[in-house]
Amino acid sequence: MPAAPHPAPPAPASAPSAQAPSALAPSAMARPFIRIEGVSKRFGSFQAVRDVDLTIGEGEIFALLGGSGCGKTTLLRMLAGFEDPSAGRIFIDGQDMTGVPPWERPVHMMFQSYAIFPHMSVERNIAYGLKHERMSAAQRADRVREMLDLVQLAPFAQRKPHQISGGQRQRVALARALARQPKLLLLDEPLAALDKKLREQTQFELMSIQSRTGVTFIVVTHDQEEAMTLADRIAVMDRGQVRQVGSPTEIYEYPNSRFVAGFIGAISTFAARVVRLTGEIAEVDIPAMDGTFAARSVPGLVEGQSVTLALRPEKISIAKTCPAAVNVVEGQVKDLAYFGKDSLYRVTLPGGDLISVHAVNARRADEGGRPADWDDRVWLSFEPGSAILLTD
Amino acid sequence: MTRRPVFLITVLCFGFAFFYIPILSMVVYSFNGSRLATVWGGFSTKWYVSLFSNRQVGAALLLSLQIALISATMATILGAMAGIALARFRRFRGRTLFSGLVTAPLIMPEVITGISSLMFFILMAQWVGWPGQRGFTTITLAHITFSMVFVTTVVHARMLQMDRAIEEAAMDLGARPWQVLRDVTLPVISPALLSGWLLAFTISLDDVVITSFTTGPGATTLPLLIWSKVKLGVTPDINALASLIVLTVGVCVALAGLVMNRAEKRRLAEERLAYRSNE
Amino acid sequence: MTALAQWFHRRGWRDLIIGIPYAWLILFFLLPFLIVVAMSLATRTPTAPPFGYGGDNPLINPAGYARLFTDSLYLRAFLTSLINAGVATVLCLLLGYPMALALTRVSKSWRTILLMLVILPFWTSFLLRVYAWMGLMGRNSWFNGLLTDLWNLITPQAWALQSIPMMNTNFAVVLVMVYTYLPFMILPLYANLERLDPALDEAAMDLGSRPFQVFRDVTLPQSIPGIIAGGLLVFIPAAGELVIPSLVGDAAAPMIGRIISDEFAQARDWPMASTVAVALLVLMVGPTMIYSRFQARAEGAETDGAKP
Ligand SMILES: Nc1ncnc2c1ncn2[C@@H]1O[C@H](COP(=O)(O)OP(=O)(O)OP(=O)(O)O)[C@@H](O)[C@H]1O
Ligand SMILES: [Mg+2]
Repeated sequence: MPAAPHPAPPAPASAPSAQAPSALAPSAMARPFIRIEGVSKRFGSFQAVRDVDLTIGEGEIFALLGGSGCGKTTLLRMLAGFEDPSAGRIFIDGQDMTGVPPWERPVHMMFQSYAIFPHMSVERNIAYGLKHERMSAAQRADRVREMLDLVQLAPFAQRKPHQISGGQRQRVALARALARQPKLLLLDEPLAALDKKLREQTQFELMSIQSRTGVTFIVVTHDQEEAMTLADRIAVMDRGQVRQVGSPTEIYEYPNSRFVAGFIGAISTFAARVVRLTGEIAEVDIPAMDGTFAARSVPGLVEGQSVTLALRPEKISIAKTCPAAVNVVEGQVKDLAYFGKDSLYRVTLPGGDLISVHAVNARRADEGGRPADWDDRVWLSFEPGSAILLTD
Repeated sequence: MTRRPVFLITVLCFGFAFFYIPILSMVVYSFNGSRLATVWGGFSTKWYVSLFSNRQVGAALLLSLQIALISATMATILGAMAGIALARFRRFRGRTLFSGLVTAPLIMPEVITGISSLMFFILMAQWVGWPGQRGFTTITLAHITFSMVFVTTVVHARMLQMDRAIEEAAMDLGARPWQVLRDVTLPVISPALLSGWLLAFTISLDDVVITSFTTGPGATTLPLLIWSKVKLGVTPDINALASLIVLTVGVCVALAGLVMNRAEKRRLAEERLAYRSNE
Repeated sequence: MTALAQWFHRRGWRDLIIGIPYAWLILFFLLPFLIVVAMSLATRTPTAPPFGYGGDNPLINPAGYARLFTDSLYLRAFLTSLINAGVATVLCLLLGYPMALALTRVSKSWRTILLMLVILPFWTSFLLRVYAWMGLMGRNSWFNGLLTDLWNLITPQAWALQSIPMMNTNFAVVLVMVYTYLPFMILPLYANLERLDPALDEAAMDLGSRPFQVFRDVTLPQSIPGIIAGGLLVFIPAAGELVIPSLVGDAAAPMIGRIISDEFAQARDWPMASTVAVALLVLMVGPTMIYSRFQARAEGAETDGAKP
């Protein structure tokens, strides 16, 4: 089944809507391309994927993020056709994929282990998928050459897989998957086998290849930084369920649950109770901070409700004198880690809890630049808009 | 895409039918009342009775077991030494010849091993006066020689898989090389030694050709006895003997499987426990 | 005593581990083998033992080797052996390959049981497995009856048979060889196929191959070492087989093992038996060399190919 070439231009990076926490609506998305409707997968009595609904736009880089064993690979394998969903349906480009075998799907996969055929040269690996395409030998050779150039492997065309490095093998797998011009490329932890430096370099390479080819990418990863760097949108998964879908900014700034908040980046959470609601602002009572604080309200709050207030370390200011701000709490520095460009403070709050605070070292530490030192009494403050209220 | 490989499963079923129908047929006909071994003449256990009253069979079985026990044990010792030598000592004088000597018996047709051993024993008797008579000793020597190389293969493969770091760790902790061998290497490869021993045991117990060349007056092993009877055609008491052998092997294998299964389950449970306590 | 202990610790233990099996194999394997080679060049005499070497007889007598090519008995026997063993090997491959592949596709718990069932016949007596077929192939057996009925059903009346003559034919030899050697084909193939990464099959499917194409392009090329190993494990013993042709074979068309044994025991022609034996070995050396070349290469590729 020849996959039609894709002249589609790269999708405009979905502009992160920093204002409204519209996390669930696919923002500024191109034409919907993949629809996953109520898909579940059980292995015996074990439910690996439960009731997942996702819509992915054409030309998007979409990341599936989650801890080990949360069902990312299983979801990907259902898209590729290696597993049949126990329930639900998958549509690719409007076509129901139920019962369509892997070799007839316009989907290619880059395997976690790369799965490069050990008995074929780099060139023959890349050419393999083209065997099933009606095209002349010359066209095929051209295509292979094009792919070799795309991943910069032309000098290694005749090598066997065991004669090239891990990073090069990763690129062979990518070229092989792209050779047939799939509409959708599935990448299962594409960078996990690479070292840190190569990984960062390859991330940008992947993004540039994606923008040149316009193919929709679904990338599986358990590395949140990788997901944030690569993806237009991210789905955070937990025990088979999708917990939140949104752009990296939305996921980071407006997590919808304690799980997502804790999974992405560092965060301190406190039990709180809503005291008063006035327009955009909710006043909450936080026993750990021994006072009442203002935070941006979320839809559906009622007075008296128990909530969780979450604060990212970098959203908190630290000072040795009491600042003029809406939300101020006093504490004592218990611990201090100096990283050079910034420092991490662990501050004991009036209720005895600890909170993490990140501060940039704008001036040299030995010139009195450090905002606080061990055992100093300090004042912490934060904007109402920076505080995250979680209702789960 | 979970598709049943229908063709493969069909061939597998056919293959197992091919394996087991002849054996089952033999077991069924061991209860045949007729003297004509291929015509059914009603149910009877008389061939079992005649088998048990046959002194020759018992004596032959005893001889076979004695030979197999001794030769398997010797073959395991010698074969393990050769396997360890090949895996651990990368360089020594005559290594090429040595590795040739441990593979050649594997591919040597049994007839050739048989006549070469017989000529050797006859000429040795003439030149140095030993062995005075062929029989138990010569059979055992020949069995040790051609079954030890199977042990070598098994042990060698296991040694190559083994993590050398544990031997280095022992050395690092002050063990001399031969102590490392005794305290670390041998215990680690002991499953390979066991399977090598079992392999050598069955090979010896089952051998006809080499035994028939190296035997002497009065030394009739069980396969030789069966051979002499079978050459004359199909006889019902051989059916009975075959059924008993199949039964014995089946029971042994089932027991071994059960024990291994238990051990495996216990290991898995312990592993799970260990993981949990780590969390 | 201390000197001995010192020697043992320094290098003695090592010398013993190499030396004891080495000496054993030289005495009980290499020496007998050299005797056969020397015997093949000796002259047959009516003495006991029946050969002469040096003295009145030539030191090197190549008459036996000349006879190999002039007496059609030997050439025919070699040909019969090679054909029987070759056909048996191919049939084992055709039956054993799908079985081995099927074993890699069944669930883990079934796999252990089925593998055990493949090995189980190997633990029962070889002779008795041959004997089982003697019972089945005989003229009055139920199996022969079944096949005869089937034959009469599908062929014209004029070809009707009382029973199918199976015993004492090359067909019987090949059938029993396939039966007894099939595990030797299945086990190495299974070991090879089981090591293949299932992700490779999926990758090929993902790139548009149907199951048969996946098999042809990915599975088969990677299983060639297994095919060669299994093929040799069947072919080599089958070519030298003595027991099966003596029990179910055609006495008028003996295989080479039978010739060696008869020359030695019946004709008491030790030099000729040795000559035929050496010739058989030379024929075996070819396939084995190919095998070890292949194995060395496979191992080399594996150790080079540091996994990512
Ligand atoms: N074929 C299978 N049979 C039974 N259970 C399975 C099977 N495949 C996956 N699972 C289970 O389903 C769950 C999800 O597996 P999956 O491979 O999708 O996880 P993952 O999110 O990709 O994890 P990782 O990040 O570790 O790769 C796991 O708990 C796994 O044990
Ligand atoms: Mg995974």
